[in-house]
Amino acid sequence: MLHESTQTVAQAVKTIANEPTPENIRDQELYRNMGVLPEEYDQICGHLGRLPSWTEVGIYSVMWSEHCSYKNSKPLLRKFPTSGPRVLQGPGEGAGVIDIGDNQAVVFKIESHNHPTAVEPFQGAATGVGGIIRDVFSMGARPVALLNSLRFGELESPHVRYLFDHAVAGIAHYGNCIGIPTVGGEVVFDPSYEGNPLVNAMCVGVLEHHELQKGIATGVGNPIIYVGASTGRDGIHGATFASEELNEESEEKRSAVQVGDPFVEKLLLEACIEMVKKEMLLGIQDMGAAGLTCSSAEMAAKGGVGLEMNLDLVPQRESGMTPYEIMLSESQERMLLVVETGREHEVKEVCDRWGLQSAVVGRVTEGNRYQILHQGDLITDIPVNTLVDDAPIYEREAREPAYYTEFEKVDAYDQVKEVDPQAAFYKVLGSSNVASKRYVYQQYDHMVRTSTAVRPGSDAAVVVIRGTEKALAMSTDGNGRYVYLDPEQGGRIAVAESARNVVCSGAEPLGVTDCLNFGSPEKPEVYWQLSKAIDGMSEACHALSTPVIGGNVSLYNETNGQSIFPTPVIGMVGLIEKREHITTQAFQQAGDSVLLLGDTKVELGGSELQHLMTGSISGRPPVLDCKAEQTLQAALLDAIRQGMIQSAHDLAEGGLALAVAESAMSGKCGVRIDWKNELPTIAALYSETQSRVMVSVRSEDRAEMIAFFQERGVPVHEVGVVTEEPTIAISYNGQVVVHDSLASITQLYEEAILCKMKASSMN
Amino acid sequence: MRFAVPIFPGSNCDWDCIHGVEDVLGEEVKPVWHQTSDLDGFDAVILPGGFSYGDYLRAGALARYSPVMESVVNAANEGKLVIGICNGFQILQETGLLPGALMQNNHLQFRCNFTTLRVENNQTPFTNQYKLGETIEIPIAHGQGNFTCDPNTLMELQANNQILFRYAGTNPNGSLDQIAGITNRNGNVLGMMPHPERAIVDWMGSADGTRLFTSMLQAWKENQGAA
Repeated sequence: MLHESTQTVAQAVKTIANEPTPENIRDQELYRNMGVLPEEYDQICGHLGRLPSWTEVGIYSVMWSEHCSYKNSKPLLRKFPTSGPRVLQGPGEGAGVIDIGDNQAVVFKIESHNHPTAVEPFQGAATGVGGIIRDVFSMGARPVALLNSLRFGELESPHVRYLFDHAVAGIAHYGNCIGIPTVGGEVVFDPSYEGNPLVNAMCVGVLEHHELQKGIATGVGNPIIYVGASTGRDGIHGATFASEELNEESEEKRSAVQVGDPFVEKLLLEACIEMVKKEMLLGIQDMGAAGLTCSSAEMAAKGGVGLEMNLDLVPQRESGMTPYEIMLSESQERMLLVVETGREHEVKEVCDRWGLQSAVVGRVTEGNRYQILHQGDLITDIPVNTLVDDAPIYEREAREPAYYTEFEKVDAYDQVKEVDPQAAFYKVLGSSNVASKRYVYQQYDHMVRTSTAVRPGSDAAVVVIRGTEKALAMSTDGNGRYVYLDPEQGGRIAVAESARNVVCSGAEPLGVTDCLNFGSPEKPEVYWQLSKAIDGMSEACHALSTPVIGGNVSLYNETNGQSIFPTPVIGMVGLIEKREHITTQAFQQAGDSVLLLGDTKVELGGSELQHLMTGSISGRPPVLDCKAEQTLQAALLDAIRQGMIQSAHDLAEGGLALAVAESAMSGKCGVRIDWKNELPTIAALYSETQSRVMVSVRSEDRAEMIAFFQERGVPVHEVGVVTEEPTIAISYNGQVVVHDSLASITQLYEEAILCKMKASSMN
Repeated sequence: MRFAVPIFPGSNCDWDCIHGVEDVLGEEVKPVWHQTSDLDGFDAVILPGGFSYGDYLRAGALARYSPVMESVVNAANEGKLVIGICNGFQILQETGLLPGALMQNNHLQFRCNFTTLRVENNQTPFTNQYKLGETIEIPIAHGQGNFTCDPNTLMELQANNQILFRYAGTNPNGSLDQIAGITNRNGNVLGMMPHPERAIVDWMGSADGTRLFTSMLQAWKENQGAA
């Protein structure tokens, strides 16, 4: 032991040549450049009992960044339900874990990589995927699927087309190379994301219960082993960068964006899983945000131990790196392990065979000191708990925004009631938000691992679990427009819709991972949005018994002072008990009856139609009744499990008219809708009322199913029939609204985004 | 019948191929590490898809130097069945067991979807269970599947019936003569960009890939009978 580790006051540490002295840092307030506030700096001095060195300020700044500490959101996040009978691991580890029976569990998490994508879309998006994969396999799980949720400005802008094309290519590059299928997701275009795109990546893995790992350091004297790629100068201060607003200078922070190598991650994945199977590990944690600093500090704090690391032993990509750079680098594809003394060679053997570097870089120590050595000098000595547990927490001021009151007076229906219903159909069908996302998902390998039973393009993706009858359904959802108009309703809707998607595929929703993409919490109006959205999400999670088992908060999504729409994204995973329950949105057979479950209201605030016709959104979004939602989902799942449902499709953007078209196109079947109701036509066909699902049932089961849903308290409307003739025909109250060939509607739907991207090459 | 599936660093369809053999044929199949140089106990080799060595330098260019490839060449020369799928096809070309090259897709994007293939020759160990001219649905997933070769090589491929599969619908990558899969002159080495192991049960979207596996078993049995 080099240093007495039981002492309570931090030792003096050496100042590195060419770095500011502790006095300089204090006098010139240099800590502000790292995002540390004066009062936070004073707390650091208090924790250390002396002035911090440059490296130490850097370490505190990343550990206390919003990205690592949730300092602005923690009090709000406590509202989420996080436990349940099946939850094996809630928030706090790399990813949450839920029991799926037979001694197996599903592991999943979603995370943002918004700021890196804004300045370097290919690598920014690619490393977002790489990071979330590591979060999942660091739990001991084999990753089985990837999803994502993307937001961009509108494709008319050349810069947006560049961001979109490169972000998608980056996601494809990483997932395709590492060999994990990208099975689902969503892409939304809205001017609100023009300067601040969102890239949220989700990974789902599967493990046997005994394989579950934790990011913890235990056993005084045990070695800390670094595995994977060398540390370079990329991504320095990425976590801090992710916790600031974007502006013109952000482009200069491109060096804060990491560069990914999916090939190395594939080797790292296989080596780590091999070590898990061989039960070699005491603790394992990904070096993600805040790199070596965060992983080592969190492992020590969780284990209630100290640690000592010698930076000379860390594999480095270039010479002359300072301790500050080594500690704050976010170079990708690195993992930190703790094993029992004496098993170092076993780790080395596995890593050598996979062609990976590994190095013992430190030891677990007694006490709570976080001590870093560099070229023989002690350069950091911090009580480790102050990095992890004592980050400041801010309860920000919340204020209802002026627009919210104004919008109460807006009648969204009034704005669109004169629109010709037929013109509306083609307009909505060809809008980038509704049109087919084939342009995107055909760039993703969504079939590798040969487990994908429902490919992209249905409500939820389905991945079977080999050797069992079980399958997992998964979906990502979020509608920033609804949340902007009413964060509480929008929050509820986000959870309810993703659960509904999963139920439509035949699964019971198990739990949620969430990614909260908001503006600056220092603005009272944004903090109000965040707070209300979390209220709504929590209520829906309670009602649908889907605990939040992990997630990510991405604040400061602003460009030049303008916030994005508040965009909570939900990643939902559900369990399908038997493969025969797998259901898609595709119509199956001519003659089947089409039933609409749930009542439709005049709800056009925040709808795709409103945005397309008026160029903006206003009014109030649809209202979500959690009880009605729960009743619908439970009844639908029962009907699916009884084998009575041929297809099921959630009604979302574009309402009934678009749901009809999508089910017909997916099933390559025609459909004849002939519905009579009291609502005005525009509302009947394009309202985005929640808690509605369109199902098709065999004609002989029609009466029984209508009775079944009525008995269960779910409103049922018989609206049409699946036809042999390849035509989409929609009549309402006897008036023909749409009558067109399946082929021409499909062409418009399939080519809308491609056409906008092709236009780009001519500019 | 015993199958070997070599695993290179970066292979990612290795287990899909192993499962394909197990599920379709129930025959013995083993993963083989790239540093192994002995394939004597095996009757057939499947070089799987993926990104061997990260596709660095050029797809397949580094994997060809793996010790296992020497024994793959020996197996091919002994007349054993060798199939390279996707990255495996690229490796076979780099090794020189198959002619031509696979360039980047002409639209410059990675492409993953189902393609329709036409079976152009059913008198081979890989296609004897298909009908001549029949169309089958097999998925692709690649960024570099744009087959090309010089005019003489193309004439030879055509004249010797070495083109087993052509894209029957849209050409997904710009391949010369719509080529999706070819054999060597002897007909015992097949390279193809589409993934038959991804189309072996209906819930995958197609089961048309199964007959590629059953064809190999059939050919092997006939060969055993003749020997």
